[in-house]
Amino acid sequence: MTPLWVGLLTTVVVFAYFLIATAVLIWAERRVVGKMQSRLGPNRVGPFGALQTLVDGVKMFFKEDFTPAMVNNPIFTIAPLVGVIAGFLSIAVIPIGGEVTLGDETFTLVVADLSVGALWVLGMGSLHVYSVFLAGWSSRSPYPLLGGIRSSAQMVSYEIAQGLAIASVFVYTGSLRVSDIIAGQSGAGFVDGMPGWYAIPLFPAFLVFAVGMVAEAARPPFDLAEAEGELVGGYHTEYSGLRFGMFMLAEFMQVVTMSAIVVTLFLGGPSGPTFGLPGWIATWVMPLLWFTIKTVAFVFFFILLRGALPRYRYDRLMDLGWKVLIPVALVWVLVTAGFVLMNEIGGLDTNVRIGLAAAAGLLVIGVLISGGARARDDQRPDAPAARPEPDAQAVSDREEVAQ
Amino acid sequence: MTEFLTSIPAPVVTIITVLVLVALAWLFLTRTVLGRGFSVPLRTMLRPVETAEYPEKPRPVAPRFHGRHQLNRYADGLEKCIGCELCAWACPADAIYVQGADNTAEARFSPGERYAEDYQINYNRCILCGLCIEACPTRALTMTHEYEFSADSRSALVYTKDQLLAVVPPGGYDTPHTDREVRERGLNYYGGLAVTPPTVKGGKYAPAAAAPSARAGQVIPTGKLPAPGDQPIDPATVGGPTRPRDGDSR
Repeated sequence: MTPLWVGLLTTVVVFAYFLIATAVLIWAERRVVGKMQSRLGPNRVGPFGALQTLVDGVKMFFKEDFTPAMVNNPIFTIAPLVGVIAGFLSIAVIPIGGEVTLGDETFTLVVADLSVGALWVLGMGSLHVYSVFLAGWSSRSPYPLLGGIRSSAQMVSYEIAQGLAIASVFVYTGSLRVSDIIAGQSGAGFVDGMPGWYAIPLFPAFLVFAVGMVAEAARPPFDLAEAEGELVGGYHTEYSGLRFGMFMLAEFMQVVTMSAIVVTLFLGGPSGPTFGLPGWIATWVMPLLWFTIKTVAFVFFFILLRGALPRYRYDRLMDLGWKVLIPVALVWVLVTAGFVLMNEIGGLDTNVRIGLAAAAGLLVIGVLISGGARARDDQRPDAPAARPEPDAQAVSDREEVAQ
Repeated sequence: MTEFLTSIPAPVVTIITVLVLVALAWLFLTRTVLGRGFSVPLRTMLRPVETAEYPEKPRPVAPRFHGRHQLNRYADGLEKCIGCELCAWACPADAIYVQGADNTAEARFSPGERYAEDYQINYNRCILCGLCIEACPTRALTMTHEYEFSADSRSALVYTKDQLLAVVPPGGYDTPHTDREVRERGLNYYGGLAVTPPTVKGGKYAPAAAAPSARAGQVIPTGKLPAPGDQPIDPATVGGPTRPRDGDSR
């Protein structure tokens, strides 16, 4: 039984880590997207505008928190709280660092290493849907309602794909405990020296999870909940002041949380080379550093998606979720289960098993990329049956130019 | 196969893994449809930003930018404006007010017969089109690169002569001068002819034949197109290079 102060310390440290990470993300996203669009981003407050988030927070805190007359008030107030609380709770099972020794106590930087840890993450993600849906519904206004319906449908659909992707991890590890999942990835992979991350043998599941987490966090290109061009602000149209700030915090928090989850489940969490560094640097600092580096890489991926991709159309979003991601994830659960079973009855050598898994993963991604590129023109239902023949004059003109 | 792979030392495997990952990322970014799209914002990140950090680092304006007006002076400090009001007549926004007055022997403001006693440009109306600059016969009125002259009251936007007049050039003197001082300097105010300002006889100016007019520096239309090598003649040049012009009857 760990003493109370250890629990309090880890809670405070983990909470502060994610809260600071969220604050930094809000600033960094605006700077990085700005750079991707040949502009500067916020640069007025503090060095490189780094205090912009703080100032925005103060502004939101002191703005009028207006409640429209028609809203269903208790639910209208509870909805943003549900979002923030679900966001904070889902970080509870994620270890952000390695073993820390203070006094006589040795503990991991995790709030609670539950035996159902990975399910907890999924459960909190589902709870977040309530925040979005209740906000849209209790606003009693058309745009928030449409936004709420859209995003709850989107989140529920992608949760299935995400859950199946996590199921591959469960099957492969044989445990739902997050510490077991990380321990399973900390050793060597295919060959000694290669990381044992689940992203390599479970590549399709990793891919499905990576797409699903973008939809779960309602980030571009899947930010249909707040498609400002068509739905004003989506589910939080009627919110202002601090309650809007809570939605914003929950939304950005989910980017960090989802990155942390994908790092934990597929990229080995805090594990990484320590370069033979001595003592507390190897056990305290390096795991935290590796975890942060991996998480930042995924956060950058989120930002890159926002900078690179236009928003999806709603029906295509649903098509992608139901017709591509769920089948791929489902097949991969079966394949993983088959390999695990084969291993248990003493079938295949471990290296061959992982090699086959990796090859199959590459095959699937290859099919996805090439198929996705070709499908664009051919399978569009409203595409013209036959292309009109270019007229003879234009062809001869082109030939003259070519000569 | 497995034995061979396990015989490679772990650091080498790590390096090979990293290289393979980098190669895969490079292939993705350069060879696939999706990856080429992703590489656009990544490449943009490496380019310099387009943002003009205006109040801190204003960008230079175009060489012929139409900024705030300025009333120029000759090298000795005499004003170029002769109070002819052509700028006011040219102004499409009716933003210029000129009150001309006669120069006297004891108080000479410009080399010509007249000078601008009062000169106002109303920047509430001015559209900075530059037609006044084209109309000015002596290049007295030009435009500067200054564009930060907004104000919070209308009266503050009516610029008067003291605000528009250029600073006295080094070695010059503020107006008014006396005729004696001006003649002693022996300057050539109107390029091409070494002339001094007209003298005053009995309270009246000498006729134009005796004293070259203030328009002497203007390019007189000849009906011919300029030859490619011709230098434009700028009457604002004090004693600058000059050349005889075709059709100049003087």
